[in-house]
Amino acid sequence: MKQLRAAVELEELRARILSQRKPEKSCISICGGTGCHAYRCEDVAKAFKNEIKRQGLSKQVDLKVTGCHGFCERGPLVVIYPKKIFYQRVTPNDAPEIISETVLKGNIIDRLLYADPVSGKKVHFESDVPFYKGQQRFVFGSNGLIDPTNIEDYLAVGGYSALSKVLFEMQPVGVIEEIRKSGLRGRGGGGFPTAAKWESCRNAPSIDDIRYVICNADEGDPGAYMDRSLLEGNPHSVIEGMIIGAYAIGSHHGYVYVRHEYPLAVTNLSMALEQARAYGLLGEGILGSGFDFDIKISRGGGAFICGESTALMASLEGKIGEPRPKHIHTVVSGLNGKPSNLNNVETWANVPLIINRGANWYSQIGTEGSKGTKIFSLVGKINNTGLIEVPMGITLREIIYDIGGGVPNGKSFKAVQTGGPSGGCIPESLTDLPVDFDRLTEAGSMMGSGGMIVMDEDTCMVDIARYFIKFLTEESCGKCVPCREGLDRMLDILTDITEGKGKEEDIELLEELGDVIKEASLCALGGTAPNPVLSTIRYFRDEYEAHIRQKRCPAGVCKALITFTVDEEKCNGCRVCARECPEGAISGEKKEPHTIDQEKCIKCGLCRDSCKFEAIIVS
Amino acid sequence: MVELTIDGVRTIALEGTTVLEAATEMGIIIPTLCYHPALSPYGACRVCIVEVVKGNRSSLEASCTLPVEDGQVILTNSEKVRKTRELIVELLLASCPNSKTLQDMAANMGINKVRFKIKDRGCILCGLCVRYCKEQMKSGGIGFIGRGTSRRVATAFDVTPEECRNCGGCEWICPVCERACTAGNLIDGVCGGCQNLIPVETCPVCTGCSESVGPQGHKVY
Amino acid sequence: MKSDCEKVAAIVIKYGGNHDSLISILQDIQSEYHFLPEDALRAVASQLDLPLIQVYGVATFFKAFSLKQRGEHMVSVCLGTACHVRRAPAVLDEVKRQLGIEPGETTEDMRFSLETVNCLGACALGPILVVDGKYHGQMSPGKIKKALRKGKRNPEG
Repeated sequence: MKQLRAAVELEELRARILSQRKPEKSCISICGGTGCHAYRCEDVAKAFKNEIKRQGLSKQVDLKVTGCHGFCERGPLVVIYPKKIFYQRVTPNDAPEIISETVLKGNIIDRLLYADPVSGKKVHFESDVPFYKGQQRFVFGSNGLIDPTNIEDYLAVGGYSALSKVLFEMQPVGVIEEIRKSGLRGRGGGGFPTAAKWESCRNAPSIDDIRYVICNADEGDPGAYMDRSLLEGNPHSVIEGMIIGAYAIGSHHGYVYVRHEYPLAVTNLSMALEQARAYGLLGEGILGSGFDFDIKISRGGGAFICGESTALMASLEGKIGEPRPKHIHTVVSGLNGKPSNLNNVETWANVPLIINRGANWYSQIGTEGSKGTKIFSLVGKINNTGLIEVPMGITLREIIYDIGGGVPNGKSFKAVQTGGPSGGCIPESLTDLPVDFDRLTEAGSMMGSGGMIVMDEDTCMVDIARYFIKFLTEESCGKCVPCREGLDRMLDILTDITEGKGKEEDIELLEELGDVIKEASLCALGGTAPNPVLSTIRYFRDEYEAHIRQKRCPAGVCKALITFTVDEEKCNGCRVCARECPEGAISGEKKEPHTIDQEKCIKCGLCRDSCKFEAIIVS
Repeated sequence: MVELTIDGVRTIALEGTTVLEAATEMGIIIPTLCYHPALSPYGACRVCIVEVVKGNRSSLEASCTLPVEDGQVILTNSEKVRKTRELIVELLLASCPNSKTLQDMAANMGINKVRFKIKDRGCILCGLCVRYCKEQMKSGGIGFIGRGTSRRVATAFDVTPEECRNCGGCEWICPVCERACTAGNLIDGVCGGCQNLIPVETCPVCTGCSESVGPQGHKVY
Repeated sequence: MKSDCEKVAAIVIKYGGNHDSLISILQDIQSEYHFLPEDALRAVASQLDLPLIQVYGVATFFKAFSLKQRGEHMVSVCLGTACHVRRAPAVLDEVKRQLGIEPGETTEDMRFSLETVNCLGACALGPILVVDGKYHGQMSPGKIKKALRKGKRNPEG
């Protein structure tokens, strides 16, 4: 490949790519995201490949394994272009039929269609699936169209045109101004205005004029995987955003700090970087403009704290991820003591969009203080698990019921946890809350990177608070006392409560500890860590009190407070549970109701899982 | 030079110095644990927190790492500061009850009970030894390992490092090793011995702290 | 297990002997040996001219690294929030009971190592158990025996 040396060469190449692609040609697009991978989508892809070869159709039919389409619940997902027929839960055995019926004859295979759980109506096309209908997929939408290992796919959807526009038509300060007008705020959690950050970094003095641009892909929030899906599915959008940012800031060195648990993201990103370099879109004299910028990948070592900017930069320097006080901001003195601008994956991916479609267009989406769209991972006790991109200001109700399809198994919705481990739980009574940076903070939670974990009546809020504090205790770097010792003591108290050893004064002590940890900790991890406890006390105090006063877990979760018994009406004495029980705690005559010896029971739940008659009662 | 207000008193300080240094200069005593004037500030123990007032909002910051700024308004002993500081010392006492430095500090603050389970880790992770070894002895044989509650001060593979010159500085500077509380029987995690106000002849627990007891009985800070 | 000095040296050289790359270097060593052998850490420290304690500190700080040799089969239980609310703790308890080890430990016969992970990003399948890289979704205590069976079998039979 000859390197592109002018804006016009890029457009010529794009025209050539588009001329070779016929929009009416059949294309089988298979979701290769994380969720579908776990459903063995690669076997499905292999089956299609073999079938296309066997039927000698390689000229007529394209096959594409793309990034995450979002609707992980129904994977493996397959979309047949040009009509965009949407098939779900596809197995390798379905491949021959899909090719001979749908691709060649245009017939729809009924059993692979998605059925609306409410109306039972079968849906033919991707855009008609309720999960996708309520979304506005500007940042994430290209994922289903792009093979992330092929830069030409990105160019075909208009890729790198924003970069070309910036390099040849805009001044660096003009770029910052455009971002400011768009109202873009950091998608990594804090919601800091992106343009202000870029400007401070640009204006920070640097003796040797070295400035760094860093992409935070150390997505550590459990239950959030949108950054990974973007990096895996559309790495060039992140790279393009970073180059634009570097041009605006005046930086020539970039880093992507990516979690080591994301091997596919590393592979796809490395490939994308190589291709961008080969096309002259990265490296020296980008597109012949005289602007140099290159990006290195750095794999994180597995530490939640490295999402914090100073800890991340320490880790980039080969040190332990320990934060330092931020009285001097990293935009002034960050990596190696140089001005360093850190934004997360989703923020960078928003940048080309803003440049291409303009700040005015962008700022019309969203609310007063929060512009644009946000990608959330909607997970937990929800019918439609997956990644969604919605405009800021959408209500929780729309997300959970319209897009998410509500809570499964007829259970009732209790709360939604947002903002990752340091976020908070928002109760059912606040489901009409519009989702944006400021409203979530007011409700005692936060935006965080965009995890949304739905909880139902079977979720114990004290147990959830304990879960998050345990996570944070293990992930705290251990440097400062309030975070290290305070969280450990919170965990002790919460463990006591879940084990029925809670004391009346525990709730007040938790609140006191929470306030001190929030106020006195060194970094944002400690500064937000008590949120799960404080927000659950605020909205679910009655559950804490039930554990403490009545030694009862209303949701039936806390092992020490529940008992397993047999429903004599339902038990038919099949003996399956007795065989499964590892402690021999279940006895009874064949075909007679059994009983559980409470002394021996270890509450492992194997009996409940093995019972086909729902005869095991947990109370 | 910058001008700031500490506890209602206007003062000037050199740019690049910290609020702790400025307060000390004025004779205001802010308790510290991980701070040492000869070592780089670390900001880990958070005992030296002060309240930084900005309009009708305020935040707590560790004064040892907080640079002085023009127009800053600082409170070193407000109710919010005292309450927070006391809980921090209480947390430290629960994890390291046998430090005389800590017990004295607790007595001075009037802490008479530790509400948490005692888990004696024998170290407050102030990092004085780590910084002493690295910055003063230019050795760097000891450091922090692990993270969270498993974090501890250690040498690599727990063997004496090649760099160690047996200077003993790490023990000398340690608020636990060098100044151990020997009262033995702690009640609710608190010793209350040397620093309490009871005259020496009636002090019920006074056993091993003679070093800080002057001829008139107990030293009161 | 003694590590091969040349291999370690080659990894350090691959990163230009730059101590900024310490974490990447340790990661490559870890993927080579599945743990970080003591002499490899000593070699890295001397080749990068870093204090051994810094290398050791980094090796013990990050969760990706293990200083202990791991078992033949790696068992991971996802404890991400989505898995947690779908009863992952009961899954973990049962795995612990069946293997007789705690997370971070290896069985005496060196067949299994158990670890917990914070999120695998496959939340739709939760709770997830991973055995030697293979995902087992929608786990419950009752399904664990089957998922572990492959590794439990004797190598001969």
